[in-house]
Amino acid sequence: MKRFVPRMLLVPAVGTLFLWMIVPLAMTIYFSLISYNLMEPGDHDFVGLDNFTFFLTDPSFYTAVINTLVLLGSVVVLTVLFGVAMALLIDQPFPGRGIVRVLLISPFFVMPTVNALMWKHMMMNPIYGVLAQLWKLFGATPVDWMTDHPLFSVIVMVSWQWLPFATLIFMTALQSMNREQLEASRMDGATYLQQVRYLYLPHLGRSIAVVIMIEAIFLMSVFAEIFTTTGGGPGDASTNVAFLIFKEALLNFDVGVASAGALFAVVLANIAAIFLIRLVGKNLDR
Amino acid sequence: MASRVLCSLVLLLGVTATRVSHAETELVVATVNNGHMITMQKLTKFFEQANPDIKIKWVTLEEGVLRQRVTTDIATKGGQFDVMTIGMYETPIWGKKGWLRELKPDAGYDVNDMLPAIRSGLSVDGKLFAAPFYGESSMLMYRKDLADKAGVTLPERPTWEQVKNLAAKIHDPKAGVYGICLRGKPGWGDNMAFLTTLVNTFGGQWFDMTWKPQLDTKPWKDAISFYVDIMTKYGPPGSASNSFNEILALYNEGKCGMWIDATIAASFISDPKQSKVADKVAFAQAPTAVTPKGANWLWAWTLAIPASSAKVEAAQKFIFWATSKEYIKLVGKEVGWANVPTGTRKSTYAIPEFQKAARFADAEKKAIDSANPTDSTLPKSPYVGVQFAAIPEFQAIGIAVGQQMSSALAGQTSVDEALKASQLAADRQMRKAKYYK
Repeated sequence: MKRFVPRMLLVPAVGTLFLWMIVPLAMTIYFSLISYNLMEPGDHDFVGLDNFTFFLTDPSFYTAVINTLVLLGSVVVLTVLFGVAMALLIDQPFPGRGIVRVLLISPFFVMPTVNALMWKHMMMNPIYGVLAQLWKLFGATPVDWMTDHPLFSVIVMVSWQWLPFATLIFMTALQSMNREQLEASRMDGATYLQQVRYLYLPHLGRSIAVVIMIEAIFLMSVFAEIFTTTGGGPGDASTNVAFLIFKEALLNFDVGVASAGALFAVVLANIAAIFLIRLVGKNLDR
Repeated sequence: MASRVLCSLVLLLGVTATRVSHAETELVVATVNNGHMITMQKLTKFFEQANPDIKIKWVTLEEGVLRQRVTTDIATKGGQFDVMTIGMYETPIWGKKGWLRELKPDAGYDVNDMLPAIRSGLSVDGKLFAAPFYGESSMLMYRKDLADKAGVTLPERPTWEQVKNLAAKIHDPKAGVYGICLRGKPGWGDNMAFLTTLVNTFGGQWFDMTWKPQLDTKPWKDAISFYVDIMTKYGPPGSASNSFNEILALYNEGKCGMWIDATIAASFISDPKQSKVADKVAFAQAPTAVTPKGANWLWAWTLAIPASSAKVEAAQKFIFWATSKEYIKLVGKEVGWANVPTGTRKSTYAIPEFQKAARFADAEKKAIDSANPTDSTLPKSPYVGVQFAAIPEFQAIGIAVGQQMSSALAGQTSVDEALKASQLAADRQMRKAKYYK
């Protein structure tokens, strides 16, 4: 009786959350097992795993999965590395620190499509872009980023956008750094790099884990940057799973195949998340 | 306290009573965010003044989002929109499915004034399913000064060989001029719109009469090889991600010697406020190779009514107002003759103020008149459409093939490999949609 009343009182809240989660999931699973195309209003026959087979036998499927993982991994590595570096850089007070912090955070608020178009037209354009001008200044032929290195270009755009997020988290974490310990270590003759390795990084361990997990969740579904710049191409060089679902299913208004693709993306995200949590989680229990 | 509550209740009742008795019809219009539509929204007050019992509510969306929302709404009979902005791609598909209400204009509307090519692209079995407020074709826009310097004059309807020769002569990357700029960004409405017209004029088609994709046939190989060759030799770098906006920026900077694209581009490149080479451009019809059929595309943005709509009369009133001769004159008077929506009516081209403001009008009308969506390929085709096939599967097929073509242009695959992969992708989609086993 003592535990019954509190549990009953929790039922409305937990129940709502459960419904919120289970109804869309159940509908997606249902749609993935039937033949449902918005353009063909007819019977929605049960077709078993046909939608999954169609999605998984797409010639670009394997490339899309590899591209997704490469994109995810590269952006995570770049943002964590440079994020820690930036946070350490602006950790000490200096004149104008407030303004510098605001400027460093701002790229995160730019909309993904605006971000992508700005990089494509202003920076990376091989004729009039800033990078092209820079290359010409040194007498080299400008690189055609979008055509020759499409996935790398997308990685650069997404990293630039997510770097402020990582910097912000690490910056905040560094506020709670034990300054006395740092001073003591300096007096004991520790170099800056030793301080970073033995004091700063362990302290930042938890926030690095948080950053990795949040980025992993969001970067799985990078779409706007690819759609507005390379269109998944050339070929399928910059197609990721999200773009593949768009290409195979959404353009066709095929709800069945789109749901099958979405479920596959969920499975992929879960595998990546488990792997990452294992990797980082080992360090958290210290 | 009680009297205050009573007062407010009476007021509320009064307000609702007046609203109910007013019987005002509200039309929700879904539209694309282009210049002509923004103008139309500004001029809506004229319509509402003439029709006080109708109020217009605008929902403006970007093209891709609009297409998705409107398609989902009409397929699931959502009833969210009373008037929809759709293109020449959706109209034949949805008209055939019975998703659109047939439009029956009165004599005052003068439906015979509509350009015949546009009208046929928006009708199924002679029934008109959407009214056009903007139409376009494609044509060749080239730098007269560079052609004169090279000593070449292009005829009104040049061949692709002549175009290639001129591109070779005016290509001068050191001076910052590239011989020819063409679309390369993957997309069924981006590079594939242009490439389909190229394949048409080389004598090819998307599907034969049994709906089998034809991407492994000789005309496709000839057309795409020609495209990759001319762009590699005389095109600007980065072409594989260039579409309309990118090339417009290049052309306005004077970096392109020639460009084949939508006729509306002509209005931008000859506007001295936007273009550095405004007075140096000349126009010709889109080039041909084996056949003139399908060499220039046809597109229209239109207004249509979903079949399940309950406000058909009010919706038709609005649609006929927005696509009438009077509306065109209204735009000319209120906004300017250079901003008049073109490509819909013969009478627009006869207005002297418009002719003066639009130097390209003659070439545009000629281009639109020569396009025929029901007969744009050398061998007979089962589909309707010049630069697309009006079947629901085309969007997915278009982007898959577009990606392969972009890859061939970028030099990452050979033309043969790209066409083989495209044929496979198209075959997969057609098989899934049960066109054949």
